Amino acid sequence: MPASIASLLSIALGAVLVNNFVLSQFLGICPFMGVSKKVDTALGMGMAVIFVMGVASAVNWPINKFILERQYGGGGTLEFLQTVTFILVIASLVQFVEMFLQKSVPSLYEALGVYLPLITTNCAVLGVVLQNTQKGYTFAESLTYGIGGGIGFLVAIVLFASVRERMEFGKCPKSFEGFPIALVAASLIALAFMGFSGLKVW
Amino acid sequence: MSTTIVAPIVLTILGIVFGAILAFASKIFAVEKDPREEAISEILPGANCGGCGYPGCGGFANAVVKGLAPVDACAPGGPGTAAKIGEIMGIEVEAGVRKVAQVMCSGGGHEKLRYEYVGLESCLAQSRVSSGPLQCSYGCLGGGDCVDACKFDAIHIIDGVAKVDEGKCVACNACVTACPKNIIRIIPRKSKKYAELPCSSHDKGPATRKACDNGCIGCNLCVKACPKEGAIKVENFLATINYEICIGCGMCSRACPRKLITIDGVVLPPKPKKEAPKADAAAKPAAKPAEAAPKAEAAPAAEAPKAEAPAAPAEAPKAEAPAAPAEAPKAEAPAAPAEEPKAE
Repeated sequence: MPASIASLLSIALGAVLVNNFVLSQFLGICPFMGVSKKVDTALGMGMAVIFVMGVASAVNWPINKFILERQYGGGGTLEFLQTVTFILVIASLVQFVEMFLQKSVPSLYEALGVYLPLITTNCAVLGVVLQNTQKGYTFAESLTYGIGGGIGFLVAIVLFASVRERMEFGKCPKSFEGFPIALVAASLIALAFMGFSGLKVW
Repeated sequence: MSTTIVAPIVLTILGIVFGAILAFASKIFAVEKDPREEAISEILPGANCGGCGYPGCGGFANAVVKGLAPVDACAPGGPGTAAKIGEIMGIEVEAGVRKVAQVMCSGGGHEKLRYEYVGLESCLAQSRVSSGPLQCSYGCLGGGDCVDACKFDAIHIIDGVAKVDEGKCVACNACVTACPKNIIRIIPRKSKKYAELPCSSHDKGPATRKACDNGCIGCNLCVKACPKEGAIKVENFLATINYEICIGCGMCSRACPRKLITIDGVVLPPKPKKEAPKADAAAKPAAKPAEAAPKAEAAPAAEAPKAEAPAAPAEAPKAEAPAAPAEAPKAEAPAAPAEEPKAE
C-alpha cells in the first residue's frame, strides 16, 4: 500500500496517543515504574526508547520480510520464529549501538547512560516490532510506528514522573506508600488516556 | 526443505552473523579505558553521595583520571582515600583537614512564633509561607529537610533544631544544599577544641533579642576578647568565626553575653573578670562566681591568663563602657575585687 504522508501521520498520532504503548497496551511497564522517580531520568529513558524503537523497527523489517516471511520448500514460512528472532536482533542491536555510541558519540552515550542497556529487556520494543509485522506495515510505516511509539513512551513516562515527584510530598496511608500508590496513579493516567480511544483524524 | 529443518538453520546463521558483527564491533569500537579509573573506583567509598560535585563515585574517578578533579575531593573517604588515590595518580597529597557541617542556629527562638504553621512537615514548604513561622527569619525551622538529605545519619532534629553528629559527618554538602534557609555550612576542623557560633541572624541587636533567647546581637565583645587577630569578626550584626585562624581557646565563649558561643558543645562560664559583669552574673551574683571560679581555674587556667595578658588590660575598660553601660556598673561591684589580684 502506498504510504502517503497523511497515513503516516495518523499512524504516528495513533502510536503516541490512542494506542500508547504504556498506557493503552500495558507494554514496558517495568521501566515505566522503575525509571520514573525524576523527570530528568525519565526524559533520558524516553529518549533512549525512541532511539532504540526506531532503529529496531528499521532493522527488523527487512529481516522479517526477506527471511521469515519467505516461502521455503513445502510452502511453509518461518513466521513462528518471529518472537525469538526479534529478541535476538534487538539484543544484539542494543549492544552494537552501545559500542558504537561509546566510540563515536561519547556525549550521547553518557547522556543515555545506563538506560541504553536497560532497553534490551524492554517489552515495548519487542511489541513495536511484532505489531509491525502483524499489521503488515511497509518499511516507512514501521519506522513511523516505531518512532511514534517511542514518543508515546516518552510522553507517558515524563507525565508520570512529574506526577510522582509531586506525590513525594503528599501523605498517604502507610500500606500505600511507594509502589502501590504509584500504581494507582499510573492507572489514573491510563484512565485519562482512554479518552483518546476511538480518536480518528484521517 | 521443510520449515522444521530450515528454522534451526536460519536461527543458527542469524546468531552466528550477529555474534560475528558484535565481536568485530567490539574490536573496532574498543574504547581504551584507563586502568587507573577502575583502581580509583575500587578505593572510593561507593556511597555515591555526590559531595565531590560529580555524578557518583564513577564520575569522580573519571574526573580524577582526566585531571579535572583534585585527588582529595572525596569527603567521605577522608585523607586515607586521598592518599591512596594520590598514589595511583602519582601525586603527593598534603594531609587534608577534616571538615564537618555546622548548623548556624542554636534554636534559642524556636518557640517564638509569628503564626501557627499547619501543613507539610518540610522546611522548604514552611519557608514558602512568609519565610517560615519563626520570629527570627534566619532560624532553623526544624522540618528535617537536612535529615532526609543526609545519607550518613549524621544530622538530626533535636529539640526542634538540626544538630550535626560530628563523628558521623563526612562534609558531603548534602544538607547544605537541602537547607532552604542556607544556615548550614561546611567548616574545617583545625583546632583541637571546637568553637561554635550557631547563629545566622543579621538582624539588629534589639530585633534579635526579641526573636531569640541567645541569638548574636553583634555586640563585638567576642571580637575584643579574642587573642587571635581576625579569628572572629562582626559583620552586619553577626559574629562569625574564621576557622582558618581560630584556635578554640574559648575566650569568646566566656565573653559572650548571650551564652551563644560554645566550646565543644559547652558554654564556658564567664571568667571572674571583666566577663563576669554580664547579664547572667547580675541575675544571680551569688551562684555564678562560686561555680565559675573553680572551673575556670581547673581547665584553661594555663592558657587563659597567658593569652589574655597582652590584650585584656588595655582593652577592658574601653570595651565595657560603650557595649553594656547599663549592666556593667551593677555587676562590677561583686566581681571586681576578686579579679584584680589575679590579673596583676
